[in-house]
Amino acid sequence: MALRGNLRDFTITQLLNLINLAQKSGTLVVDGPSEQAYVSFREGKLAYAKVGQDDGSLAAVLHKANKLTVNQYRAIVERAGKINDKELGLLLINAGYLSQEEILANLQSYFTDALRRLFTWVEGFFRFENEMMAPEDRINVRLDLENIIIEGSRQLREWEQLQDEIPSLDMALKFTDRPMKNVNLSVEEWRVVSFINPKNSMKQIAQTNKMNDIEIRRIVYGLLQAGLVEIVRPEGMVVQQSPKMFPTQDKEEQKSLVNKLIGRIRSL
Amino acid sequence: MQTVKMVVTGPFSAGKTEFIQSVSEIDVVSTERKISNAAEKSVKEATTVAMDFGRITVNDDLVLYLFGTPGQKRFDFMWEILSEGMLGFIVMVDSTRPETFREARSILETFRAYAPTPYVVAANKQDMEDAWDLEDMRHALRLDGKVKLLPCVATDKGTVKTVLVELLTNVLADLK
Repeated sequence: MALRGNLRDFTITQLLNLINLAQKSGTLVVDGPSEQAYVSFREGKLAYAKVGQDDGSLAAVLHKANKLTVNQYRAIVERAGKINDKELGLLLINAGYLSQEEILANLQSYFTDALRRLFTWVEGFFRFENEMMAPEDRINVRLDLENIIIEGSRQLREWEQLQDEIPSLDMALKFTDRPMKNVNLSVEEWRVVSFINPKNSMKQIAQTNKMNDIEIRRIVYGLLQAGLVEIVRPEGMVVQQSPKMFPTQDKEEQKSLVNKLIGRIRSL
Repeated sequence: MQTVKMVVTGPFSAGKTEFIQSVSEIDVVSTERKISNAAEKSVKEATTVAMDFGRITVNDDLVLYLFGTPGQKRFDFMWEILSEGMLGFIVMVDSTRPETFREARSILETFRAYAPTPYVVAANKQDMEDAWDLEDMRHALRLDGKVKLLPCVATDKGTVKTVLVELLTNVLADLK
């Protein structure tokens, strides 16, 4: 079914978070204010990105990164149509001009920059095409999204939105089952991460680190978006069930009452 | 007479009033007012400013009340009052309006912070073509795999009954 909407209501960071957690494959198409973006994913990892009229060919990427001279670039462009990116990559590797790692690193950097450009788009319709994969003649990468999600989340500055995302600092955090590897965190983020434990409320973590409400919310928001932590009730926090929940305090009578409710609703 | 209550909450225009109307044996006592805000008016004409109130009589001694909260944030002072003593709560989310997912997350977190009460999330309008897939909604709403996210059509009594029964099943499980 539809995975579509407007960036005004559902940001690129939130979309990347969804794609990452759901391990989606397909292409995110975004109609921005003046140009269109195509970002392809494979099992929740970034595979390819193209924004607007940018020539995202391997030759253009390598030329932009000063790995190809103007003359080399021109020569390749003249042969365009005869040689695709994969063939060109192989040619450069076999000629000892560049290693496979260098080619992939340059493409990763280019695709990541393309995604960073999308962070500045605050308006635009998006749709996720499950059937649309990255162009076959282009080299795909396999880049984890966590770091770019955290980077995008750092740009969220609106107090009201942060408060919506994390309404109560009395709740605690715990790590999700996702492995936390190769994640680039700032010093402040690491300070928060070091105190993450279901026993510590976010308020306590902020106090320990001398952070104000907006600072702790911003950091936690980034970690939440990257799927690294989840909000839980603090361990040991005594929360009384309201005595008014049930008209009786007897457990068996409470169970009987709930069973009666279930029976009644089923019979409606 | 013994009474218990459950709360139906969610963002503006998520379908809370319709949900209660589908199963209530009385006409829902709804405190709706004409909408003056132009943006909200484009979504619907009237909205709940205090609460909706529905009733299901089980027998002569037992009645279940369903309370619907106002969706707009400016009435959130009502939420804690309505949640006092509830058996559990349902968070209604319109599957066709991703612009409300953030608010739904916020409402859910706010209610979770009030009390450790069982809850389920009802994905309304799952019959619509532009409805988001349940799994996508689960991630967008940041729901743990253990939280029940149920397909629902607020005007369809069958799906509404399923949501209520699932919530009561959670309440029962908590008692064991």
